[in-house]
Amino acid sequence: MEHLIELANATKRFPNGKGGIHTAIRDVTLTVEPGQFVAVVGPTGCGKSTTLSLISGLQPPSVGTVKVNGKDVDGVPDGVGYMFQADAMLPWRSVLANVAAGPIWRGVEKSQARDRARDWIARVGLEGFEGYYMHQLSGGMRKRVALAQTLVNEPSILLMDEPFSALDVQTRALMQQELLRLWAGTNAAVVFVTHDLEEAIVLADRVVVMTASPARIKAVYDVGLSRPRDVEELRITTEFIDVYRSIWSSLSAEVDIARKVPSRVA
Amino acid sequence: MSLDTSAVLHSGPDGPRSDQDPGDDLSAVHRARRRHAGVVWSLRLVVLVAVFGAWEVLATYVIDPFYYSKPSLIVVRLFEWFTVGTSKGSIWSNISVTLQEAVYGFVLGAILGVILGILLGRARLLAEVLQPFIQALNAVPRIVLAALFIIWFGLGMESKVATALVLVFFPVFFNAFQGAREVDRNFVDNARILGASRVQILWSIVVPSATSWILASLHTAFGFALIGAIVGEYAGASKGIGLLISTAQGTFDSAGIYAGMILSTVLALLAEVILGGAEKRLLRWRPPSQATTTAGI
Ligand SMILES: Nc1ncnc2c1ncn2[C@@H]1O[C@H](COP(=O)(O)OP(=O)(O)OP(=O)(O)O)[C@@H](O)[C@H]1O
Ligand SMILES: [Mg+2]
Repeated sequence: MEHLIELANATKRFPNGKGGIHTAIRDVTLTVEPGQFVAVVGPTGCGKSTTLSLISGLQPPSVGTVKVNGKDVDGVPDGVGYMFQADAMLPWRSVLANVAAGPIWRGVEKSQARDRARDWIARVGLEGFEGYYMHQLSGGMRKRVALAQTLVNEPSILLMDEPFSALDVQTRALMQQELLRLWAGTNAAVVFVTHDLEEAIVLADRVVVMTASPARIKAVYDVGLSRPRDVEELRITTEFIDVYRSIWSSLSAEVDIARKVPSRVA
Repeated sequence: MSLDTSAVLHSGPDGPRSDQDPGDDLSAVHRARRRHAGVVWSLRLVVLVAVFGAWEVLATYVIDPFYYSKPSLIVVRLFEWFTVGTSKGSIWSNISVTLQEAVYGFVLGAILGVILGILLGRARLLAEVLQPFIQALNAVPRIVLAALFIIWFGLGMESKVATALVLVFFPVFFNAFQGAREVDRNFVDNARILGASRVQILWSIVVPSATSWILASLHTAFGFALIGAIVGEYAGASKGIGLLISTAQGTFDSAGIYAGMILSTVLALLAEVILGGAEKRLLRWRPPSQATTTAGI
């Protein structure tokens, strides 16, 4: 059977700078179907970003296979959108030019690309900031520009690496709700990396818990909460709390392990 | 000043006065800044007057002005050049020739330097292969080439343009090369995800990233272009500031040599102002603090 995303026994090793090798992820097997929202949680430095970079085609796996749309990943697959953990907006371009970049690079006519960009800038709540440069925006606003820049390409696979971790609690809840709204109509698959288990459960259909470094998949939980969801209200329902408890016991064990090996957490 | 948080930031007892909390009183900050600029400029004037005054006095009473000249003689010579003309025709025609040579050499050298620098900066293997050769070329005392170029291209403008070009090329090339190498990986990765081709990445990511490096080198490069043109003229020419200087040398006219130096200094400073303006425009996206420090140096 063909899956939208399929990692089979994927292992990724890096040179560790001391002449040795460091295994970032080991034997990761995971499938994601169209329209699915998958959250990935795990202790810091375990290999979550690495997993996303394998799916995005930016890095090849050392061992194992990564397939998107049934084809081995070789270069960036069609339809992938990837919001990096680090800031990647071009500082010499205005908000509008940053968001319009994707469509223009893909051959959309300039004026049309700008119209689309304007539309998405408004949807992420940045209307009026089109002419601003990156250094004139707050950290949260920059994240929203990144979100608009990714979504304007209408990806069928959306990879998000801790997109909201820099935001304050209220804005984060707002953006979570907004993400669910924007995603609901599409049939896009989302792989969402986060430190925040609450966020993972509120958003996702499935929560993948990774072990401390080197990361393997420890367990996958089906969230089973109905949609559409209200992120604020959901947090205080008993169903939510039950799911949270069962996943937390699994995750906290890994976080403890990661803490006891501080050298791994760089 | 109220005891707000910004007061803590300026707790140093001898911090500059213009660093006051702008929220307090904007016009006071502006006034302080203007006063500061006034002080700096008056002191600069004092330095200028002191140096030239001392020279004038020394050359009048102590040292021999035949060898060392003195400011008043230089002013007279400059005045003569601009009103009567030089032994090689009107001063403007000489300036124009030198300027043309420098500008052609600058433009050609900069274009070549930028293109080759960026391409080589992105081609790791080629860069590694060519590195020792480039280093060797860079070590050649390039000014000597002026003599060679006169044999190759004759006494006309071409030989001076070639000298200026060679002097401009290397600093621009090395900066463009470095700039193209230090492009943020995240920018490139993000562009790849968003659908940029290799050419688009080169044009939209690498070139703009390298721009601040390149602009920094262009500042000094125009000075080199002028040096190239003047040295070329000095080695043999029918017109130009370099020729005026060599003629002055031939007639033991030290005031003429200084006058030529002053002319070329003024040209270099004018070019600096123009380039500084262009840099400011191109780097508008930078946070202001950085932009002003680069423009201020
Ligand atoms: N390009 C690289 N070269 C060498 N080592 C790398 C590279 N990328 C990641 N690593 C290593 O792989 C491990 C996993 O990194 P990764 O960025 O995937 O962690 P993460 O789970 O995303 O962490 P965080 O939650 O802090 O973002 C880390 O130990 C890191 O040092
Ligand atoms: Mg990460």
